Amino acid sequence: MCPKRFYEIVPPNVDPSGLSGQLLVIEGADGSGRSTQISIVTEWLERKGYPVVNVGLKRSTLISKQLITAQESKAIGPITLNLFYATDFVDQLENVIIPALRAGFVVLSDRYIYTLMVRAIVRGVDHEWVRSMYSLAIMPDAVFYLKVDSQLLIERNFQKKATLDYWESGMDIGYSQDMFQSFFTYQKKIQKQFLLMKDEYGFQVINGNRSVRAITKDLQARIETLLT
Amino acid sequence: MMNSIYSQEEKYPGVLIAVEGLDGSGKSTQIHLIQRWLELEGYKVYFTEWNSSLAIKPATQKAKKRQLLTPTTFSLIHCTDFADRYERQIWPLLRAGYIVLSDRYIYTAFARDAVRKCNLNWVKKMYSFAVHPFLTFFFHVPLEVALNRILSSRPKLKYHEAGMDLNLADSAYKSFRIFQGRINQEYLKLAKDYHMITIDATQHVEKQQEEVRNIIRKKIDLSRFKWRQ
Repeated sequence: MCPKRFYEIVPPNVDPSGLSGQLLVIEGADGSGRSTQISIVTEWLERKGYPVVNVGLKRSTLISKQLITAQESKAIGPITLNLFYATDFVDQLENVIIPALRAGFVVLSDRYIYTLMVRAIVRGVDHEWVRSMYSLAIMPDAVFYLKVDSQLLIERNFQKKATLDYWESGMDIGYSQDMFQSFFTYQKKIQKQFLLMKDEYGFQVINGNRSVRAITKDLQARIETLLT
Repeated sequence: MMNSIYSQEEKYPGVLIAVEGLDGSGKSTQIHLIQRWLELEGYKVYFTEWNSSLAIKPATQKAKKRQLLTPTTFSLIHCTDFADRYERQIWPLLRAGYIVLSDRYIYTAFARDAVRKCNLNWVKKMYSFAVHPFLTFFFHVPLEVALNRILSSRPKLKYHEAGMDLNLADSAYKSFRIFQGRINQEYLKLAKDYHMITIDATQHVEKQQEEVRNIIRKKIDLSRFKWRQ
């Protein structure tokens, strides 16, 4: 197990040594199959005897409720929204992710800083600002990006909820009054940003257009090489 | 490339005035009097204060009460509060040609977060979406005076207010003294770095107010901010 590194800054009061667990991240749009894969992989790891902790966006005790309320109000600026998410992230980083890694757990993260960075950049927030904001995150042992065509994303979203989410359609940006059209435009831009960040942050791009089982097999093979 | 949605180069017709200083420096009284003066003279004025966003303040209060905050989340949650006020009020009103008065501004965060050992470059970058005020008044009092003003009038100190999260001392009073002393050190540096106008806050309230009004009259063409008849 390799020691953990922070991107640039170790937050005050955090001891960066002795974090012996594994931090695995799955990134991808709504409808990319992220959550399905996370629950399958969690079960698989536990069956193999690895202790697992799940984390994800909007799950902090500190601020998740207020974040959801603020989002529902739709009266919130892009910087504020990002700071809300950053607060939510750091609360989990310091209180869940780091203690779990110290205890030797596998931490499976349903999305990570990259989604937050990409969303902010697509909304016109300065790159350097975004990069600096998340420079106090731990570098994961692996980041899997589930890449799915927008047409398929839309089908899966409708299958799941028969509706499109306001924020996942980028309606706040105002590409189009037509949510369907906005969804395409927004998801394309998000995907483009993810691919631009791929090399720098070492994403493993996974073809998410395949069946659930095929994706699981792919992920399992990649994770197995990390768990020796 | 700076592609920021809040460009620091954008010209705006409004003017931003901030006050900074230790608890007990009297800055809130002073900015209140400035607000009353400008309102009664018929100018477009908006007042905002630290830690007052309706969307975030309840969370901050709860977190402080339950002692859930680390230096980093303390810093982030206050920046979130500031950003909400900035994006929805301060910046739009500056663009609309208002005099915006701010009781504490980003320098409060710089001072407090530095004392809590946050990386100051990180903190400054985080607040870099915000414009610097046209005028920042620093109400300077000797540490002992500020401490006495607070400690004589408000004996129950809150946990973070006293810097108890820094484990500086066992009692809140002792901790408050050490904590405020460190904040004061940071303020003195910031006042210099950011060209704040230092006001001797040991003087009488009216005397200070007169000085502040004179500076505002001299530096700002107030006629631009009159409501249209």
